[in-house]
Amino acid sequence: MNILVCIKQVPDMEGKFVPNEAGSWFDEAGLAWKMNEYDAFAVEEAVRLKEQLGGGARVTALSIGPARAVETIRKALAMGCDDGVHIDDPDAPQRDPWQIASMIAGFAAGRGFDLIFTGMQSEDRGSAQVGVLVAEQLGLSSVTGITAFEWLDGSMTVESELEGGRKYRLRLKPPVLLTCQPGLNTPRYPTLPNIMKSKRAALAVLSQESVSLDSPKVLSANFRPHEPNAAGVILEGDVDTLASQVLDLLEAKGFISTQGGVR
Amino acid sequence: MKLLLVGEVRDGRITTETAELFGFAARLKAEVSMALVGNVGEFPAFSGRLYRANGGNEYDATFHKRLVLDAVERERPDAVVFLHSSLGWDIAPRVAFAMQAAQVSGVVGLDDGGYVVESCNGKMRRTVRPLTSRAVLTIQPGAFAPVATEGTPELIAIEAEPDSAIEFLGCIQPERGIDLTRAGVIVSAGRGLGSADRVELVRALADALGGEVGASRPVVDAGWLERARQVGSSGQSVSPSLYVACGISGAIQHLAGMKGSGFVLAVNTDRDAPITSVADVLAVADLAEFLPALTAAIRTRR
Ligand SMILES: Cc1cc2nc3c(=O)[nH]c(=O)nc-3n(C[C@H](O)[C@H](O)[C@H](O)COP(=O)(O)OP(=O)(O)OC[C@H]3O[C@@H](n4cnc5c(N)ncnc54)[C@H](O)[C@@H]3O)c2cc1C
Repeated sequence: MNILVCIKQVPDMEGKFVPNEAGSWFDEAGLAWKMNEYDAFAVEEAVRLKEQLGGGARVTALSIGPARAVETIRKALAMGCDDGVHIDDPDAPQRDPWQIASMIAGFAAGRGFDLIFTGMQSEDRGSAQVGVLVAEQLGLSSVTGITAFEWLDGSMTVESELEGGRKYRLRLKPPVLLTCQPGLNTPRYPTLPNIMKSKRAALAVLSQESVSLDSPKVLSANFRPHEPNAAGVILEGDVDTLASQVLDLLEAKGFISTQGGVR
Repeated sequence: MKLLLVGEVRDGRITTETAELFGFAARLKAEVSMALVGNVGEFPAFSGRLYRANGGNEYDATFHKRLVLDAVERERPDAVVFLHSSLGWDIAPRVAFAMQAAQVSGVVGLDDGGYVVESCNGKMRRTVRPLTSRAVLTIQPGAFAPVATEGTPELIAIEAEPDSAIEFLGCIQPERGIDLTRAGVIVSAGRGLGSADRVELVRALADALGGEVGASRPVVDAGWLERARQVGSSGQSVSPSLYVACGISGAIQHLAGMKGSGFVLAVNTDRDAPITSVADVLAVADLAEFLPALTAAIRTRR
């Protein structure tokens, strides 16, 4: 069983985002980086499947990105992936989903992956396109937003999440591509020996030029903060003052009833 | 401008969000047609062509894709518009790939010929412009007000072959048991809690306010609270008169479930968190300190 996991390195969303000069995306200065949350579920599921299958499975973790992406590939190795592949592309953060998908599909074509796991979306772009586009380009079946995966005798049963917590149960056979949704599993914390081992692991580094790259399908501009509620109040200060200010507001709105005493 | 809208059917009825597709089309003053999969007795009222197919599995992406592409072939629309829903994000990229067209996901607004989308979990926005003559769009549920439409569509039946590669085993309903939809006050726990034991701080505030405890999805995924307490697009939709969001960033899927709240108090260390788009009051504070202080203040004053 030959498994591919596609991972992206994204900034910590609690950081401060400032537009870059072109206004097309954020400036990277001062941001902290981590594995895209949705991709961590993909890595965990791939590693679990490998563990279930014993010796016969191999998991490749692929990331497209600038040099910093190497850290995230090593994290995937520390979680249990066997091989790390870095498509070294300083312009990756600016590329649209179509382009990223063309690069992944270009890499995967002819390498005989039975199963491809991706996150259902990235935390920063949130387009939810790349996984499905890769599958379409490779001519694979795909299921989006899986929250359960079970492998038995050459076929898999998955659950795909809908609105309101409803789920479809589906059965399918490889080769397929699955996009992963939180709730699928609990990604492991790598052990210290595995972290050390992953630091020494050799990664395959491919240049952007060596993989196929389509031209972009969209242009991004005017990257800006979301609009806060114009009528909203922001309160800051020491907690006791804050608490009494908030209490005054809640009381004025009638949310603090004096009847019935303390519950 | 010509739009092909992709309506949605659930439990034999057209979903209420489908009316938002018409709302979007009205904003663009577009001529519309619609494609729809599913067995329904009633159709949306509009004048235009409605392409529909019966049969296929309830879940069958390939079947949906073929129906939409067939309608695209006949209508030649400038854009195909889906909701950004489990159906939309699943089918839209398949259609975009077949059309070799640009896709813009999660449209929340219009901006000078471009489409406004959210980025960075809702903290930022940007304007995206398709570079292809035809585009595929998914619009964020709740972003475009539904409009009342009238007319009788011309029904056009489409035959499509079901996909045999994926076997449909059935639909699982969510566990319920806790009904938050009627609660007057909800205090919700977010990942900003940091650990399961802090759920007690949220519970204490909920008690002091006489309300129920809710949760964001990561809190439920981590097992800190029961799944039945999840608020959001994949949980419950609530509309209390007071909603307190503790350590919740305010991702669009969470907001979708609590936007109908009367008054929103948010407690967050990040003053730029997207929850500020709906918060009436944001207390910028560490909840570990602030929640006990507020709970104590309420108990003292009463
Ligand atoms: C298809 C789909 C469906 C989804 N459905 C839902 C859904 O139904 N409901 C839902 O909630 N989510 C849903 N999500 C997930 C959603 O996108 C977000 O990931 C999630 O809502 C984030 O939860 P959160 O705000 O608790 O955590 P985070 O986004 O991690 O936010 C934590 C917040 O806590 C703040 N914080 C940190 N420490 C402290 C502290 N000490 N004191 C105070 N504040 C602090 C941070 O500043 C941050 O704003 C869905 C996602 C997808 C893709």
